[in-house]
Amino acid sequence: MDRVLGRIWWLLSASAVIAFFSPPVLWLFGVMDGAQLTQYLQQVVSGTANGCVYALVALGIVLIYKATETINFAQGELMMVGAFLAFTFITMYGLNFWLGAALAVAGGVLFGMATDRAIIRPVVGQPVFAIVMVTLGFGFVIRAVVSMVPGWGTDTYALATPFSGADLRLGALVVSQDYAAIIASTVVLCGFLFLFFRYTRLGVAMEASSENQLAAYYMGIPVKRVYTLIWGLSAGVAAFAGLLLAPITFIHTQMGFGVIFKAFPAAILGGFGSIPGAIVGGLIIGIVEALAGFYLPEGFKDVAAYVVLLIVLLLKPEGIFGRVVVKKV
Amino acid sequence: MRFLFKTDYAQDTRLFPFGGTKRFWSGLALYAAILVALAHYAPVALTSTHWLGLAIVYAVAFGAVLLRQNADGEGGHAAFWYGLLGVAALSAPFVLDLYFLSQITFVYVYAIAGVGLILLLGMCGQISLGHAAFMACGAYTAALLQAQGFDLLVTLPAAILLSALLGVVIGLPALRMTGIYLAFATYAFAFIVEEVLARWDGLTGGNMGFVLSDPSILGYTFDSEQKMYYLAMVLFALTLLAGLNIRRSSTGRAFMAIRDSETAAEAMGVNLAVYKTTAFAISAGMAGLAGAVYAHLLFFISPEGFTILLSINLLVLAVIGGLASMHGAIFGAAFIVVLPQLISLTKDSLPPVVGQLPGLESGIFGLVIILFVILEPMGLHGRWMKIKTYFQLFPLYKRGTFRRQKSYMVSEKNR
Repeated sequence: MDRVLGRIWWLLSASAVIAFFSPPVLWLFGVMDGAQLTQYLQQVVSGTANGCVYALVALGIVLIYKATETINFAQGELMMVGAFLAFTFITMYGLNFWLGAALAVAGGVLFGMATDRAIIRPVVGQPVFAIVMVTLGFGFVIRAVVSMVPGWGTDTYALATPFSGADLRLGALVVSQDYAAIIASTVVLCGFLFLFFRYTRLGVAMEASSENQLAAYYMGIPVKRVYTLIWGLSAGVAAFAGLLLAPITFIHTQMGFGVIFKAFPAAILGGFGSIPGAIVGGLIIGIVEALAGFYLPEGFKDVAAYVVLLIVLLLKPEGIFGRVVVKKV
Repeated sequence: MRFLFKTDYAQDTRLFPFGGTKRFWSGLALYAAILVALAHYAPVALTSTHWLGLAIVYAVAFGAVLLRQNADGEGGHAAFWYGLLGVAALSAPFVLDLYFLSQITFVYVYAIAGVGLILLLGMCGQISLGHAAFMACGAYTAALLQAQGFDLLVTLPAAILLSALLGVVIGLPALRMTGIYLAFATYAFAFIVEEVLARWDGLTGGNMGFVLSDPSILGYTFDSEQKMYYLAMVLFALTLLAGLNIRRSSTGRAFMAIRDSETAAEAMGVNLAVYKTTAFAISAGMAGLAGAVYAHLLFFISPEGFTILLSINLLVLAVIGGLASMHGAIFGAAFIVVLPQLISLTKDSLPPVVGQLPGLESGIFGLVIILFVILEPMGLHGRWMKIKTYFQLFPLYKRGTFRRQKSYMVSEKNR
């Protein structure tokens, strides 16, 4: 049974990858005309940009889960807080964009660390459901508080960036610079995170405490402080995602709630707990959504991502990059 | 059906543990006191029909309690208190005004779904973010069949069966995954179900919704709030009884074994596939029943009423109520129904600057959830147990009796 499902998995995933890359080939052979190819690429680019945001939120969820085994349902709200901070610094205070963005991410980091100390620390060691409920409730509270802050409220806001309105032309393909900026900065951030976990002492300490809490503690790693830092890092990534998402959608109190139900499937699709998995999962969800929204009838846009999730989970329950650990007695 | 009516096990599995004759007689005095208080303080003038109804209700409750005690000389205490509760519940329509009555009816409906979720989550350890879909399935089944002219004797069983079938389908992923994977697999299914209901407007009326009429059984129409109250109450009582009996049956023990360790359960001969699917089916059936009654209470259903927010509300219900016991369902349901009302009540008495803030309700809701989990992780039922133990052990209660053991995290990665 498992072998059959495994074969089906390889067959399906291989044909999906082939289908994804086939339009340029079809165009070369004259089956598809230039306009159709451009349309297709346009959808892929906008899907990739959305997928990058999902990927970053999913990445934050996975970072926290890997280290502390806390499933954080408030990650979308951390993203929203980052976006609102950026709005405050850039639009309300009129700061320089880059300075405002840096301050917003720094504010996000501090907010994440404070969350860990105030909300999560008291429930460490409780059952998983309990902690999930705490993060869910915390999400409600953040949304309520944000809607009460003077100047924020329940309205929707736009965030102007240096890239807004400008386009990038690659032959016939027209890519908004916002999308290009999202994709480029996600790539840079992921590279940075990779180097951080691979080569810095703190990064290695984080890996170690996520692998085995007790052993890390015995080896002299200050596990509690590492956890606070991981929450900070994760919230910083979320704030960064909020900063990226703000120019292509709007800033409002419900923005996190919409993204979280794409980011979790993304993290799970890639294998919950795998960092490359979260990024690949996010990209898949984003691209599938964009293509389904364009080529399938109305209503399939939101469903398509979940259908893909279900198919992958049925064939490969541990996700694309998930580890299978079998308990031996 | 063997688990529905299995009531005669040995002492340790008795539904009503024995308390003592003294409490029985002191409680009997309470019955009388309530009767006197009713006569004095009832907001509506009690007519002779009311008295006749109350007399019948009391006679039945007394009879049940006395018979229960006389049959084998035990079982007086808990049965007595349940009898008292039953009398209070049965006489509520005579004394409460319609608003409170309809709120209690909603408590029953949520509690029906809550019993199902506690059975799945607390007993079998399988999480579901898709219970809104089961409720939607039950609601739409009941509504569509009613539109075809069938009465409750057909629509309710059909709602239960179809939801249970959907539960088997949604539960299939549970055979291969656990935890967060399962949560979002069920969520994905539920999202698709919701989208289908919204798009298939030829059948369901789409986002415009679907209007229901008064339900009826064999020509008897439930056309008032009071009648709907009794209907919901009876269905809840049956659901609770079924839940309690499932827990005492071999099925329930298999569920608990799966919850504690799948590997161990399998080694003891529990067929994981069969029992996980059964848990999903039973739980979904109960949620479907709740959905059907919910639809009849609201007279109007649309896919927007059955979103992820409802699923999250049900999870909050189960966790706040207490996953350890079926009784958690009624506590949690009361919490879910009462809290928003309390918030909107206090809102009026607050100064307008605070009271009119847009996010106040959801903010307080979230805050209460956080405080609950930090201060009372066993839920309302856990608090109830602590109070009970305090009085049972009266001078000897130690503060550390229920102290939680904090442990280093046990990794789920190696489950």
